[in-house]
Amino acid sequence: MLEHVELFFKSIFIDNMVFATFLGMCSYLAVSKKVATAVGLGAAVIFVLAVTVPLNWLLDQYLLRDGALAWLGPEYADYNLSFLSFILFIATIATMVQLVEIVVEKFSPALYNSLGIFLPLIAVNCAILGGSLFMQAREIATLGLAFNYGFSSGIGWFLAILAIAAIREKIRYSNVPPPLRGLGITFIITGLMAIGFMSFGGMLTGGDEAPATEPTTAQKSEKEKTTLEKEEQENAVSYNTLVKE
Amino acid sequence: MALLSKKDTNLILDPLADNNPITIQVLGICSALAITAELKASIVMALSVLFVLGLGNVVISLMRNIIPSKIRIIVQLVVVAALVIIVDQVLKAFAYELSKTLAVFVGLIITNCIIMGRFEAFALGNGVWRSFLDGIGNAAGYGIILIIVGFFRELLGSGTLLGFPVLGNPIEKTGLYSIGYENNGFMLLSPMALIVVGLLIWVQRSRNKALIEEN
Repeated sequence: MLEHVELFFKSIFIDNMVFATFLGMCSYLAVSKKVATAVGLGAAVIFVLAVTVPLNWLLDQYLLRDGALAWLGPEYADYNLSFLSFILFIATIATMVQLVEIVVEKFSPALYNSLGIFLPLIAVNCAILGGSLFMQAREIATLGLAFNYGFSSGIGWFLAILAIAAIREKIRYSNVPPPLRGLGITFIITGLMAIGFMSFGGMLTGGDEAPATEPTTAQKSEKEKTTLEKEEQENAVSYNTLVKE
Repeated sequence: MALLSKKDTNLILDPLADNNPITIQVLGICSALAITAELKASIVMALSVLFVLGLGNVVISLMRNIIPSKIRIIVQLVVVAALVIIVDQVLKAFAYELSKTLAVFVGLIITNCIIMGRFEAFALGNGVWRSFLDGIGNAAGYGIILIIVGFFRELLGSGTLLGFPVLGNPIEKTGLYSIGYENNGFMLLSPMALIVVGLLIWVQRSRNKALIEEN
């Protein structure tokens, strides 16, 4: 239970799709001029992520990863089809989006009218494929966690686009330098919001305990870099002392 | 030159500046920002997109008369996904360390909006050679922004370019560091990519007033 809660808050705030990994930026920038449309797209993203991530988790678990075909019999245990994951994931997403569109149109015309125009856009939203790829890269353990991951990442994306849309509605009344108007200022505001979201990084570690969060890939490489630099420094220092001696 | 007429040259040159995919058309930002902390990763990403977009445009343009328009999105996705798998496998085989840094962002070339955008807007309606030029031009416009951002972030963030120290040695205090210069580690963090791109847009639009948007 605790890991569910942890994953939930971690995917919303710490690993926020927009602010930490820049996923779905294209539609984030293009559809954030009004709050109402932003809410529509955000809801569609939550919905599609919550459906496709668990589905791709099943695909990954029982078809793609190293030894995943073992359930077919021992002679299949050696296959590793993970090089096919891009094409299978994107095919799943594209078909799911079509299917969801048809089902929603049939059973809930009201929902279709509010989500409808955004659904086709979503097939090529990097947040959706990114969700599945990160799910694979972070080795999410169970189907329940995969659903949780998709759903809460969607909420994180929703919050981000809602926030920027609200800011952009207000910024229309401000005197922005002309060359920055529109796209430029949106980029800079997003950057500042991302800096703000970085402060959530300490949320789950809670002081005494060992850090429970796994750093994102970018941060990880930075960390490796800093440790490397430290080692280099130490080496240089010891070298210098040696030379002096 | 007989090989490239004036119209064809424009296909390549337009996306480099006045119709740049990132700063003007707002496409393909997703993967552009996350990997620009180092110049090397930016260059590899730019080359990968050049390969995928150039070849993908050719393939789609060849098939443009036989793709039923209802399923064209899926066909396009399959073509891109196949090309990206090639890039991914090549990177894993010949530049394993780099493919670790790029991580899922190679896979995300599939959903890079520039690629789908060019397929939809150009390759479906134009001949093979022109589509190829258009693909190369747009990928180059994307790559230029990536390389500029990567250049500044690596130079200001860690004082190196492609891993070579260019501002002197921060430990032995040579070069610029001897007069008290410090690396700005903040440039390596991801939010700065957004701000650098924002500033680039500012520079570009103050040079060319025609590009200024309504608020």
